[in-house]
Amino acid sequence: MIEMINVYKKYPNGIVAANGIDVKIEQGDFVYVVGPSGAGKTTFIKMMYREERPTSGDILINGINLATLKNSKVPLLRRQIGVVFQDFKLLPRLSVYENVAFALEVIEETPKVIRQKVMDVLELVGLKGKARMFPTELSGGEQQRVSIARSIVNRPKLVIADEPTGNLDPETSWEIMNIFKEINARGTTIIMATHNREIVNTIRHRVIAVEGGLITRDEYGGEYGYEG
Amino acid sequence: MKGRTLARHFRESLKSISRNGWMTFASVSAVTVTLLLVGVFVMIMMNLNKVADDLEKDVEIKVYVELTADEAAITKLEQDIKDTTGIEEVTYSPKGEELSKLVVDFGEDLRLFEQQNPLHDVFYAKATNPQETEKVAAKLDRLDNTFEVKYGEGKIEKLFSFLNTGRNVGLVLILALLFTAMFLISNTIRITIVARRRDIEIMKLVGATNWFIRIPFILEGMWLGILGAIIPITLVTVLYSNIYKLLEPKLESGNLFKLLEFSPFIYQVNALILLMGVLIGIWGSFMSVRKFLRV
Repeated sequence: MIEMINVYKKYPNGIVAANGIDVKIEQGDFVYVVGPSGAGKTTFIKMMYREERPTSGDILINGINLATLKNSKVPLLRRQIGVVFQDFKLLPRLSVYENVAFALEVIEETPKVIRQKVMDVLELVGLKGKARMFPTELSGGEQQRVSIARSIVNRPKLVIADEPTGNLDPETSWEIMNIFKEINARGTTIIMATHNREIVNTIRHRVIAVEGGLITRDEYGGEYGYEG
Repeated sequence: MKGRTLARHFRESLKSISRNGWMTFASVSAVTVTLLLVGVFVMIMMNLNKVADDLEKDVEIKVYVELTADEAAITKLEQDIKDTTGIEEVTYSPKGEELSKLVVDFGEDLRLFEQQNPLHDVFYAKATNPQETEKVAAKLDRLDNTFEVKYGEGKIEKLFSFLNTGRNVGLVLILALLFTAMFLISNTIRITIVARRRDIEIMKLVGATNWFIRIPFILEGMWLGILGAIIPITLVTVLYSNIYKLLEPKLESGNLFKLLEFSPFIYQVNALILLMGVLIGIWGSFMSVRKFLRV
């Protein structure tokens, strides 16, 4: 479902963040993307939701080529992908409910469907009781759960997470991982960039290591493989 | 776009107005101040223009008829004047009437001349376009049986050039004021939007199209314009109604010029203020959001 073919990315400042990446990710996979800071991990992730465009090569997601996708079609792509960030990226002036509902409003769902889906997904992440609160009134873990709720409320086939536990304490991180586990169990592909060695080594999944803009390791059930 | 999405955009824009508290206040204040200036200025300029028009309309061409002209010649001359292009109206004043006017102005002594009136019969003509008085007068001068054609040469040209300069200066000032208003308001709106650029970024990441993001901002700009127009409209209306009540009785007697009537003039000014507020608000938001949509 996701395929990168000879992807090369050079930034205007001369840094080469992807130096010929070839990779294939099947529907339903759970993939950790690991590697030292500045190795091209974030670029690898960002190219998948067209935040960055490859300098050359092709990126295919469900048959859409992101390398040639028009700017005007990017919103349509983003609606098929859930994205979770380290800094949550919630809209500060909107309540928990409104933040999650936003993802459905952009696809012009009926209010009835929106209400139903938002409440369902808030229940899944355990925040049904806090629907009316604002992001600043929540803990980091709760904010990340809102962000996850927003990313999956559309029922996308793919969820991309860029260090989703990066700002959270260990205990909260495990809770967040349980939610991802549940989402993955429904058949959703999950691609997660992470620095959390404990999680990678405990919940074993496919591990892709990116270094110097290249995939240096790709193994199912692999280890984190870097020193703390 | 579906109707309910448009309704959603309206709701969002109203919510944003109330949730942005101080930023809304800042923008509305900027709109209020500039629209008030524009409103008062337009009010003054329109009235000055009216005065200028009135003064211009007072300009007359005086055609003195040859003393030798007989009845038939005078009738023909009247027809000739009427046939001249650029003439709006002609009135005839025989020399007896002319003398009575002088008697009124300069005293009973002049009645002595009634026995042997030395004055000429006169046609008073008005040019359709007062600014063309000079040309029209020259044409009339060429007609038969005219003794002399006068229209206040020299003075008229000075008056017209003065009025024209006044109008142009007024126009330039209004345009400059409008430009400043646009700049000031769109800058204030931009500041409120810069504060929300992260929001715009997030909306795009969640899959919102540019228009989906833009419309609530544009509607918000419209509300800012409408809110900002309330005080200027109220003040301008109250102000003009008072000025009109105060000055009109005094000008009534003068007969030289009058202020523009309260209605519909003030409603036109109010409509202009509201329209400007809305347009500037929309334009300001549109331009400011545009910058941040290129993510």
